[in-house]
Amino acid sequence: MSLEAILDNLDEFFKAFGYTLFLFLVTAVASLILGTILVAMRVGPIAVLRVLGSVYVTLVRNTPLVLIFIFFHFAAPIIGINFKWVQVHIGTFDFTSAFATAFVALSLYTACFVCEGLRSGVNAVPMGQAEAARAIGLPFLGVMREVILPQAVRASVPPVASALIAMLKNTSVAGVFFLAEATATMRGLTNDYSSQRIGIFLCFAVGYIVLVEIVSMISLALERRWRIA
Amino acid sequence: MRLRKAFAAGAAGIAIAAGLAACGDAGNDSEGRDVEAADDCDGKFDEGTRMAELAEAGKITVGVKYDQPGLGFKGATDDVPSGFDVEVAKLLVADLCIDPASSNVTWEETISDNREPYLESGKVDVVLASYSITDDRRKVVGQTGPYMVTGQQILVKEDSDVAGIEDLKGKEVCSVTGSTSLENVKAKGAKGVGADSYSECAEKVLDGTYAAMSTDGSILAGLAAQNEGQLKVVGDEFSEERIGVGYSKDHPEMCEWINGVLEKAFDDGSWAEAFELTLGPSGVETPEPPELDACQ
Repeated sequence: MSLEAILDNLDEFFKAFGYTLFLFLVTAVASLILGTILVAMRVGPIAVLRVLGSVYVTLVRNTPLVLIFIFFHFAAPIIGINFKWVQVHIGTFDFTSAFATAFVALSLYTACFVCEGLRSGVNAVPMGQAEAARAIGLPFLGVMREVILPQAVRASVPPVASALIAMLKNTSVAGVFFLAEATATMRGLTNDYSSQRIGIFLCFAVGYIVLVEIVSMISLALERRWRIA
Repeated sequence: MRLRKAFAAGAAGIAIAAGLAACGDAGNDSEGRDVEAADDCDGKFDEGTRMAELAEAGKITVGVKYDQPGLGFKGATDDVPSGFDVEVAKLLVADLCIDPASSNVTWEETISDNREPYLESGKVDVVLASYSITDDRRKVVGQTGPYMVTGQQILVKEDSDVAGIEDLKGKEVCSVTGSTSLENVKAKGAKGVGADSYSECAEKVLDGTYAAMSTDGSILAGLAAQNEGQLKVVGDEFSEERIGVGYSKDHPEMCEWINGVLEKAFDDGSWAEAFELTLGPSGVETPEPPELDACQ
């Protein structure tokens, strides 16, 4: 097994995982924010928002991710939604239409799983906590921010981390849709160096394993840190 | 009742659309050439060769592309793929005394990325899937030919003023992930963007996301013909792709046989006829048959 293909193209290898990592980071932030808003809607006192929240989660969570990508790439442009205007260039990285579309599709999709992860945490907080917070006169947002969410977040670190890990691997779907992230680059290299397929495949697999391991370790550290003594 | 009416209208709409689609299909049905199976296979091939085995079994699996109009294309409703690759494959199949139109031929889809693995594992017997001959590929599979030499060009919107690859330095140009074309585009200073199929690229050029797409001129001509008046092929060919036949390294004896069949097709005009029929309509002129590589 030879690794020349990777060693000769190290810059491309790291750039590919750079795209994967960037996409993961921005999507993680966006889906955490969107997920928190969704969970507040779903457990909140306003019936309309509760319904909207559950309809959104049901619709988007039950749609395959590839279909969401296809929608934003090939259907949305027909009705005038496109991301051609995104032109961010940092160093050798180009964040253009393909990246923006992947970001939007992945964020909308992952937010559902984050929302449900957080909701399991909210359900783990005893009812009395919310009642006590209401009793001392906190409004809904105050109850959420000061009392419920801090405890809920602690309980939902494992499911939310799982959602984010799944999302990190889901970034590979973007590789089929115009983004030169790790999986797409792997396919390019296996085509150019057909005789070194196995080595190339293993290197990229290790790349993903390392990234996921880092996310798992951060999640474990947070779990330990927030554990109630 | 309003709901039911809406439903009926929707159903009618779908029925009409389906009807239209059926009509459209009937219009551009390209059956390809009729190639008759040879009947002289008794003792034609030496005992123990792969050709003798295939002729004996009367069955063969051919790897082709499904998404390249003019070369290897299979629509959702087609039974067999059509295109120049398929026509050349038919000649090989017929030489083994197998009827190319019969169900004894399995047309397996081989996308760019799985052509070598399929040949190595024996999932397909030969590959004719716009398969460029390269030294690295020859390390893992057998390749002979070429039966066609083409070059890479640029496909742009009808109203675009891009005249060639030189105008696209630093711009995003679409091609298929895992293809040689994508690497060539990058080598010319453009930014390569990889899609899953050429039709996806064409769609993105049409909606203006990418200024151009690039691959072999013959494929682009097919796409331009599909979207007449909206897309056009421009520029000179800036690479040379030698399209050959792939076979397993375990059966090196196939090389001489493939070359023999190709040579015969070059001489008796069936090669030119196949070219005319498949790539002719999209405006590609029939060239001189290429020079075959010698078998090692």
